[in-house]
Amino acid sequence: MLRLLWLVPFIPLASALALAILRLSQKAVAWIGTCSIAASSLISLLVSISFVTTPPVSGAYTQVLWRWFDVNGLRPEIALYLDPLSLIMMLVVGFVSFLIHLYSTEFMSGDDGYGRFFAYMNLFVGCMLTLILADNLLLLYLGWEGVGLCSYLLIGFWYRDPTNGRAGRKAFIVTRVGDTAMVIGLFLLFHELGTLNIQNLMHRAALQWSIGSTGALAAAFLLLGGAVGKSAQLPLQTWLPDAMAGPTPVSALIHAATMVTAGVYLIARTHVIYSLAPQAQFTVAVIGASTLLMAGFSALTQHDLKRVLAYSTISQIGYMFLALGVGAWPAAIFHFMTHAFFKALLFLGAGIVIESLDGEHDIFRMGGLRKELPVAFWTFLIAGCSLAGLPLITAGAYSKGWIIWGAYSAANGSAGLWVVALGGVFLTALYTFRMIFLVFFGQKKSQVTRMPGPAMVVPCIILAFLSIAGGYVKTPFSNYLGTVLHWDSTVTHGVSFDENTSEAITALVFLLGASLAYMLFLRRRQWAASMVSRPIGNLLHRFWMSDWAMDWLYDRIFVRPVVWIARVGKGDLVDAFYAGVGRLNEIAWRGMSQTQSGRLRWYAAAIAAGAIVLIGVVMFS
Amino acid sequence: MTAIPMADGLILGGILFALGLAGVLLRRNLLLILVSIEIMLNGAGVAFVAAGSRWGQADGQVMFLFILAAAAAEVAVGLALLLTYFHHRQSLDADSIKEMRG
Repeated sequence: MLRLLWLVPFIPLASALALAILRLSQKAVAWIGTCSIAASSLISLLVSISFVTTPPVSGAYTQVLWRWFDVNGLRPEIALYLDPLSLIMMLVVGFVSFLIHLYSTEFMSGDDGYGRFFAYMNLFVGCMLTLILADNLLLLYLGWEGVGLCSYLLIGFWYRDPTNGRAGRKAFIVTRVGDTAMVIGLFLLFHELGTLNIQNLMHRAALQWSIGSTGALAAAFLLLGGAVGKSAQLPLQTWLPDAMAGPTPVSALIHAATMVTAGVYLIARTHVIYSLAPQAQFTVAVIGASTLLMAGFSALTQHDLKRVLAYSTISQIGYMFLALGVGAWPAAIFHFMTHAFFKALLFLGAGIVIESLDGEHDIFRMGGLRKELPVAFWTFLIAGCSLAGLPLITAGAYSKGWIIWGAYSAANGSAGLWVVALGGVFLTALYTFRMIFLVFFGQKKSQVTRMPGPAMVVPCIILAFLSIAGGYVKTPFSNYLGTVLHWDSTVTHGVSFDENTSEAITALVFLLGASLAYMLFLRRRQWAASMVSRPIGNLLHRFWMSDWAMDWLYDRIFVRPVVWIARVGKGDLVDAFYAGVGRLNEIAWRGMSQTQSGRLRWYAAAIAAGAIVLIGVVMFS
Repeated sequence: MTAIPMADGLILGGILFALGLAGVLLRRNLLLILVSIEIMLNGAGVAFVAAGSRWGQADGQVMFLFILAAAAAEVAVGLALLLTYFHHRQSLDADSIKEMRG
């Protein structure tokens, strides 16, 4: 059964190719596009069952398909590697993608680019599965870039509007900054350790590098650069909010299953290097902690429903980075899983709301949708509670509670990080319930024009179920991943209270945030209004709304100088030389063509003059 | 019979050639341009004959016979072109043919 593993990334890739080449009816496209993902996730399920029931002796299964190339010692193979970590990623990505595809069949119906859309989406999933299952870093990088390409294609999917194209380019270029760091990291790893096979690499790194050595530090920081770009963390997070230009299912796919979690996976996959570079690992934690707070504040002020969700994703990925940074590796992957469920659901719900209001994005023009769209309301509420971390019931509470406890108790944890993580919980609860109260409660402001069909509702219900049930597998999950990620939940480092206390405090903070949201955005909305109307409140509001003025800053520091240099460099010296040759030829041509006057007698005179000159030259020289 | 000095012959040839050239350059009538060309050819012929007599060789006169033949052929072609041109334009003005300008 394990031999079928290659089909998991192959089927979506093949179907993407087929959809791109063939001209099919909308129905055929929907069937092929969705069934390919369904088949892929079904096979991954079969493979997983076989892997879990009869695990290979070495604890991992490698399937070598063929050798990619062989150049001077670099012999990367097209090979797939299945271990508990990639297994969980593969299952979650495949299944969530399938639900999103199912939803898209209805959401996108009637769009001109229906076939194109499903081709891109399938390619996206195929690339992500390649990334996850890659046996060596080069193949992983191939998937990595493929994911980047697809994000560009899908964010700019409605390319007729120039702002969408701009958002697509922004996503591509910003992530490219990180990718460059990552590829330099790959060069460094190959140069230092002589291989790119991940397992050999981890093995050799542990042998060759001592803790805190320069090589390990450089490699860890460079890989972190790639992860930060892809996962939209500080300081490369600016592309993600603009990525909302794409169709809603694309946002769901980018945020939940593919793309942004790639960075988390990369760090978890290469965690041995980070263990060898404590400073780099601490940087991961600091990046995660500061991102989760900054994005939380930004989410608090947004008016666009999808932008709120975008900032919440940045914030939640920040939690995953925090978990990676403190060394609670399985907690990050666990949060990835629950986040995939509830964030996909939030986006699908938002898609239903926006569709039913004829493309209205502003949450202040929504309201009272609770009665009109009951399914969307209940599923969105469940996902929102999961995001905010409603204790005991929802999956998000379990994964986030684990991270918060890890931020305090794990190897690199500290009380400071724990407090920051708790602050994040408060912010998350506040902005999540602000969104829910504004959209679904209060009085009605817009007319519902369209109701979602079964293909849109069913994925929401399944995801709502998973957003709750996903949390109950924490213990087996932890035990299963602990073997490969070197984690022991019983080991704690210098703590003065236990996990239950941390969970209780987290629950308290959640309640505080939720009730503040209830006061500000449902009962006493004028309070919120008066806060914003004060000068300092207004300033902060604008500051957070523009994402801490990061876009403005980058525009000044990077975009404008580059544009200026490009404008100046347009007339450079070399160009001037070649343009001069052309100009000279043109002048000569004009002059010569003047002499072709067509007047016979002038020609005769010219010949005579020429003859005289020649004779003169001969005679007097 | 005393031999004419070569310089005189060459000067006569030169004068004829220059007159012919002036005619070609200054005349606008195509027929007279043809006539001027004949004069230039004859100027060249006089120079050949003078040079031949100076060296006591028949080559100069032989060359003049060639020139005569070439001139006859040239006149035949030139006059034919002239006639055709006159049929088209009802004029013989050389300056009115400017279609070949670059």
